[in-house]
Amino acid sequence: MVRLGALAVGLFFCIAVLWGAVQPRDAVPRDPIKEAHEHPEQIAWTHNGAGNLGVFGTFDRGQLQRGFQVYKEVCSACHSLNRVAFRDLAALGFTGPQIKAIAADYQVPSVDENGEAATRPATAADRLPLVYANETAARAAQNGALPPDLSLITKARPDGTNYLRSLLLGYRDKVPAGLTASPGLHYNPWFHSVFIAMPPPLVADDQVTYADGTKGTKDQYATDVSVFLTWAAEPKLEARKQIGVASILFLLIITGLGYLSYKKVWADIKGKGKSA
Amino acid sequence: MSFPWAKHYQPTSDLGKYMDSRLPLPRFVHGALGAGYPTPKNLNYFYNFGVLAGVALVVQIITGIILGMHYAANTTVAFDSVEHIMRDVSGGWMFRYMHAVGASFFFAVVYIHIFRGLYYGSFKPPREVLWMLGLVIFLLMMATAFMGYVLVWGQMSFWGAAVITGLFSALPIVGEAIQTWLLGGFAPDNATLNRFFSLHYLLPFVIFGVIILHIWALHIPGSNNPTGVDVKGPQDTVPFHPYYTAKDFFGLGVYLTIFAAVVFFAPNVLGEADNYIPANPLSTPAHIVPEWYFWPFYAILRAFTTDLFFIPAKLLGVLAMFAAILLLFFLPWLDTSPVRSNSYRPLNRILFWVFVAVCLVLGVCGGKPAEEPWVRLSQIFTAYYFAHFLIITPLVSRFEKTLPLPNSISEAVLAKYGKPSPAATAAGVGAAAPQPAE
Amino acid sequence: MASETRLPLDTDLPPDGERRRDFLYVATGAFAAVGAAAFVWPMINQMNPSADVRAMASIDLDLASVEPGQAIKVSWRGKPVFARQLTPAEIQQANAVNVSTLRDPQTLAERTKPGSEKWLITLGVCTHLGCVPLGAGQGEVRGDFGGYFCPCHGSHYDTAARIRKGPAPKNLEVPQYAFKTPTSVTIG
Repeated sequence: MVRLGALAVGLFFCIAVLWGAVQPRDAVPRDPIKEAHEHPEQIAWTHNGAGNLGVFGTFDRGQLQRGFQVYKEVCSACHSLNRVAFRDLAALGFTGPQIKAIAADYQVPSVDENGEAATRPATAADRLPLVYANETAARAAQNGALPPDLSLITKARPDGTNYLRSLLLGYRDKVPAGLTASPGLHYNPWFHSVFIAMPPPLVADDQVTYADGTKGTKDQYATDVSVFLTWAAEPKLEARKQIGVASILFLLIITGLGYLSYKKVWADIKGKGKSA
Repeated sequence: MSFPWAKHYQPTSDLGKYMDSRLPLPRFVHGALGAGYPTPKNLNYFYNFGVLAGVALVVQIITGIILGMHYAANTTVAFDSVEHIMRDVSGGWMFRYMHAVGASFFFAVVYIHIFRGLYYGSFKPPREVLWMLGLVIFLLMMATAFMGYVLVWGQMSFWGAAVITGLFSALPIVGEAIQTWLLGGFAPDNATLNRFFSLHYLLPFVIFGVIILHIWALHIPGSNNPTGVDVKGPQDTVPFHPYYTAKDFFGLGVYLTIFAAVVFFAPNVLGEADNYIPANPLSTPAHIVPEWYFWPFYAILRAFTTDLFFIPAKLLGVLAMFAAILLLFFLPWLDTSPVRSNSYRPLNRILFWVFVAVCLVLGVCGGKPAEEPWVRLSQIFTAYYFAHFLIITPLVSRFEKTLPLPNSISEAVLAKYGKPSPAATAAGVGAAAPQPAE
Repeated sequence: MASETRLPLDTDLPPDGERRRDFLYVATGAFAAVGAAAFVWPMINQMNPSADVRAMASIDLDLASVEPGQAIKVSWRGKPVFARQLTPAEIQQANAVNVSTLRDPQTLAERTKPGSEKWLITLGVCTHLGCVPLGAGQGEVRGDFGGYFCPCHGSHYDTAARIRKGPAPKNLEVPQYAFKTPTSVTIG
């Protein structure tokens, strides 16, 4: 009875699904966007350590500070970094007074003594303020486009660090045949739709004068800010790897001891089987 | 206990004796996981995965309770509270990654556990109830994992909730009402998030309860083994403790090492980047895809692209997806071969591995966008999935020529080592058969 | 039962089934215990204040706008803090008290910073049962001794915020603080 029912149900589903399989398929039209789309260029990052594997490696503090400078002087005009607090910048190698000074340059929302909305200078405990009060304000100011908050951007895109660097360097003047840029959009084959509303943010070498004297090039800016935003998205990356290496070493030892114990416990059973 | 030679619990200390006559918990543990549980002595490493699954659940419960101390189930702050855990809570990032990666590992372990049961015929009599309880656990796990994924309230959380609850809208007449009821609204919103949090916290404990039943049902007939032959006597078994506790300890070490490698060095490799974007009901991600452990079922769901008579394709897909899991409940009556282990079923063994490959291909298809060649591939392999259980298995189990079975586990073990043992053969004769043969 | 039927496998083991606890097992067990302990610590530590809460553990307070005889109320670590500029008369009143007669003997000087005796900074938490006393806000009752008055059970504090009357056992607590300039102070 069960078998007959099974046969009926099985045939039903098989026929139903295979009926779909034998239907003719519509010809898939060429997708010029897909053809133009590029995958992020892979480069070696110090925070990915040996072999770019992501097992070892720490952030370069100087590079993080440079990246922060690029963010501050270029990106922060439109993009907020609202999940990062000023106190977190200690991880970039800034001291307490330096952080307070950085924070004091920013205004955060507050309430004055009359209960009216006001602003006050930020403290180390505050998070980096929003650029626009809300999405509507952002879109109104940006011709309908929404500059995303960058706090998680490298984790919110596949292969985020490489993606970001490629995107920042990826603006091309020559639009491939079959594609036309709408007004206000810029051709960038690394963007998912290859047309991005963000105008090229890195326009020239020497755009940012690095405080540490590193020579400013577009490539350097893109690389540094990608590392900085990788840190912003995953501030515990270094602690994670350190604890990881220690945990793995410990687990390997205990697993080895466990294996020896297991062999010893079973010695009488297996040994007898072999020798008897 | 079904094994007369099982070691009886004898409390040695005064406290042990005192407790034994009041709350005999040590006696219970002794019988369940201790020296009082005779276990076939030929279990291979695939038999580690039951214990590993239990450990994986405990890891999920512990890390989950910790996350629950910091998480806020409200659409305006849920995503922020997850990032608060990742950035500000001491060690929060570690617990969150352990919980997220742990869910994947739990499924991986359970899938291996299920396939082990399929290969060695562990679902066959007298273990049908054991098998079905396992499937109940599997279903509860799927519900729990799905709702947990929604709690993050990222883009994939939101649209996953929308798509999965949308499945119910395919049901005729009552479908829309059921979807609205599940969501507590017309789209995933605060009500959805709150009820999912509540249930996500509850269901693991339900799973824990069903696991106790699962282990209880295991202890009545005892563990199956790679030969599929019943335990004939004490020469076939070893006490669970210390033999399998030692082996499970080692297996656990290997498991935790791999787990730690992913948690600490590639914690997002099994996740979707889109879920680091806060939920936005006005913008759908380009490619909605569930977590990898749902991919085979997602492929089956999407494989039905054409209406059949009056049945819409969407409904067919939903029915097929549920049927794909529910048919496993009938497996003990579909595969009626008296031989349990595929080691002695040459034809079925091949079909087993074909089936494994089919599941893997379906998994790949489920993770891809609904484009050719993936759609046609998933259609062909979906057909095979159903044919395997509902047509091929019943036929093969009836007509297959099986290999001769060993007389006992001991004989199989000794055959492997090449020499017969006089002691074992002498004991094998006198030993009482603990259960009726098939 | 098992001890009566001498079955082959049992005879392979030592008589009572107990195994020799040799070094290997002890080492494995000890290592496992260490690992478990190492993992328990983060599970305990996660319940401690998170980084954002710790960042608010010390606050800067600007006293420039507080007139003599006035007080401001700020929130610090989730509790109210009263910062009050005492008038010369209030200072005199506080210093005139014979300290040995007090329930919680303390001089005003012990409760303020040297050179800034006119700034009385205390927690606004009654030491009785934790209500917020009145007296810091404009026009609030200041009690029989001109300081603070707790409306819950009628504790009166004087101009040095010392308990003078009512059920509270202690003076209002003085938090840890330091002056950075004559009119700005860091609490915590």
